[in-house]
Amino acid sequence: MRQSDLKLDGNAIAGLLREIFTMEMTNAETTCAGCGKVHAVGRVDVYLNAPGVVVRCPACEQVLMRIVRGRGRYWIDLTGTRCLEFKE
Amino acid sequence: MARAAVLGRLTWQLGEVAELIQETPRVSSLVLDVPDWPGHLAGQHVDVRLTAEDGYQAQRSYSIASAPESAQVTLTVERLPDGEVSPYLVGELRTGEKVELRGPIGGYFVWRAGEERPLLLIGGGSGIVPLMAMIRHHAATAAAAPVRLLYSSRSIEDVIYKDELARLTADDTGLAVAHTLTRSQPAGWEGYSRRIDGEMVAEVAWPKKDAPAVFICGPTAFVETASSLLVESGYDPAWIRTERFGATGG
Repeated sequence: MRQSDLKLDGNAIAGLLREIFTMEMTNAETTCAGCGKVHAVGRVDVYLNAPGVVVRCPACEQVLMRIVRGRGRYWIDLTGTRCLEFKE
Repeated sequence: MARAAVLGRLTWQLGEVAELIQETPRVSSLVLDVPDWPGHLAGQHVDVRLTAEDGYQAQRSYSIASAPESAQVTLTVERLPDGEVSPYLVGELRTGEKVELRGPIGGYFVWRAGEERPLLLIGGGSGIVPLMAMIRHHAATAAAAPVRLLYSSRSIEDVIYKDELARLTADDTGLAVAHTLTRSQPAGWEGYSRRIDGEMVAEVAWPKKDAPAVFICGPTAFVETASSLLVESGYDPAWIRTERFGATGG
C-alpha cells in the first residue's frame, strides 16, 4: 500500500472534531501557519495510520494539527494552524 | 431539521435493523430504525462502533444513503475482507439486531435541494453512497437543479443502486447517469469501458459556464484524478467538494 492511498480528508475526522469542539467543524476554515493558504477542514489531508490523527495542509503538506486521544484525555497540537475560523 | 442535524454534543445511540438489502455481492444496505433521529442532510455520515465481549472497540464512518425525507436511516456498506467492522455489518448482522451509532456527522460534503446550480456527481465504487443520498433528496423534493452522475464501477455486478438509478433516469426527474465499467463489461454494453479520463469528463460534465456544484466521492486516487481533470478543464476548485475513502476502511 502506498502512503498516498492512506490519505483521507477532513470528512474522516468530522466525528472526532465534533467530540472536541462540540460543533460541526468540516465547514470551519483553517489557515496554514506555513504557507498561509486557507482551506475548509473538510478539504484538508488527514492520515489516520499513526498513533494519533495527523492533519496536513493540502497546498504545502505542513502538519496543521495532531490529535491524540487516550486514557480519557485529548492532546491537540495546533502549532501548524495559524487560525481556525468557524461560525458560532 | 438542518439546525438539529449540525449542532450539539454527539451521543452514541442504538439503531435497530429493520431491513437488510443486498445491493451487490459485496455490498449491503442496512435500513435502521433510530429512535429520536434528529434528521440529516444529504451527504452526511454516521460513526458505527462495535464492542467485543472483552471491551475492545472498533469504530468506522459510513455514509448515509437515505434521503433526509426518509424516516429510516439507511447505510450502505461494502464488505472489506480484512476489515474489522464491515464483515460484521455485511454478513453477520441480522434483521432485528441493534448497532451502536452516532450522528449525523459532517457539513462540508453536503447538498441541499434549495441549491439551484446544476449538480455534477462523480462516484467511484461505494463512493456512490453519499451521492445517492443527494440523488434521493433531489427526487424526493422534485428539486429544480439538473443532475448528472458519472459512476465508475469495476463490473456490472458491482453497480450499486443500478435499478433505482435506471428508474429515476426514466422517470424524468432531471437525472442523467453515465456509467463506466473499468474491468469487465457485459455483452452489448453501451456505457464507458475505461477509467475516468479527460475525454469522459468533457462529455459528461456541465460546461464551465454553468458553474455547477460538484461532489466527488470514492477511493483517494479516483477522487484526486477526477478533481484534477475538472480543474484542468477550467472548473473553479471552489465549486468542487470531495470525500476520500482511502484504503484504510473496514
